[in-house]
Amino acid sequence: MNTHSLVSIEDYTKEEILEVLKLASEFEANPNQRLLEGKVVASLFFEPSTRTRLSFETAINRLGGRIIGFTDASSSSVTKGETLKDTIKMVDNYADLIVMRHPVEGAARYASEVAVHPILNAGDGANQHPSQTMLDLYSIYKTQGTLENLDICMVGDLKYGRTVHSLLQAMSHFHPTFHFVAPESLQMPEAYKLHLKELNIPYYEHTELDEVIAKADILYMTRVQRERFADPLEYEKVKNVYILRNAMLANAKDNMRILHPLPRVNEIDVDVDENPKAYYFEQARNGVYARQAIICKALGLK
Amino acid sequence: MAKKELQVSAIENGTVIDHIPADKLFDVINVLGLAKVENAMTLGINLKSTKLGRKAIIKIWDKFLEDDEVNKLALVAPSAKINIIRDYDVVEKKMVKVPEKVEGIVKCMNPKCITNHEKVRTKFAVVNASPIVLKCHYCEKLTDQNHMEMI
Repeated sequence: MNTHSLVSIEDYTKEEILEVLKLASEFEANPNQRLLEGKVVASLFFEPSTRTRLSFETAINRLGGRIIGFTDASSSSVTKGETLKDTIKMVDNYADLIVMRHPVEGAARYASEVAVHPILNAGDGANQHPSQTMLDLYSIYKTQGTLENLDICMVGDLKYGRTVHSLLQAMSHFHPTFHFVAPESLQMPEAYKLHLKELNIPYYEHTELDEVIAKADILYMTRVQRERFADPLEYEKVKNVYILRNAMLANAKDNMRILHPLPRVNEIDVDVDENPKAYYFEQARNGVYARQAIICKALGLK
Repeated sequence: MAKKELQVSAIENGTVIDHIPADKLFDVINVLGLAKVENAMTLGINLKSTKLGRKAIIKIWDKFLEDDEVNKLALVAPSAKINIIRDYDVVEKKMVKVPEKVEGIVKCMNPKCITNHEKVRTKFAVVNASPIVLKCHYCEKLTDQNHMEMI
């Protein structure tokens, strides 16, 4: 197994997180640096994810690298019954770095044990999506000037949302206070609350969105995903419980910013978009800089 | 005083695994791979036990369990007691200790885990000893005692 892969956000120490954020800010100041000149990066999307793929491929292009790969499994030999192991072994012969998205959980960890070259996990089922976490951290760092001692309010699907779980793990290094706002059926799983208790990190659970907005430094909104529900009636019950509207932001702190991993459906009303506290579109742009930094760290280029 | 008659006869040399909960006998056989061992073996099941109600016992002739084999027992029968027998006498008692890592024995309970899709040897870290909770090295999901299934 190679040690430069990024499979889970827990693969990074606190120091490595800070190092990558610093690198990301260098790329933001100067995005076009031909550090990947002469290198080939494989972009293997075993399930489609246009947003993540375009972000990674933009990062690779801005670094002057070449890309090989596929955008969904139907255009790969997976349809012929090839195992993940064999696909990775083959691509590992061609490329210097492998970016992969896979619907099966743990696929990226397994690939990192099979491949000689580093693996960057671009999402493995409901498990991890560490480059998303790094761009979230970079967005928080940029807007607050620090990661330390912040009030982070997480809203929506806290049960199945992998982005909130990874963000919780990563922020745990920086003395946060968490506020969880979720309907009964979508609350933060016990395992994560236990993790916070062990680390003495305070958290509060709320059922009303209004009561926490004034406390938050970061308001992290998430989408309630239809595909998580076996019973469509359950989905109908909870999908509209938390909708953020501009009028609700009157008492928010000046430094407060609204984040969302996107795509949104209706959980943030479009009337919020013009509010200077809305940060979700800039957040997406930060993804390119964060991914440039992650790629360079994996290849030891900077 | 007459010696109390044993429900399962004594062995001369080997290992006795006693105090196995009756419903865990086959899990113990499985986890230790005893089905493939050629040594003589006597098995007792549904024997009376003051502690467990009904217990099972395994006596294996001329086989002495190693520590890592003993630790595998912690996953299925933490109450088990191991006696090493030489010349009909107990010469050593081994304690069952929960290992830090569990590899290739337990199935991950997450149906979406790579280990349930491809031929990958399972690996877990033990995150809690009693009751046992395992964290999958691959999908990072937890498998607890109630959902533990042996491979």
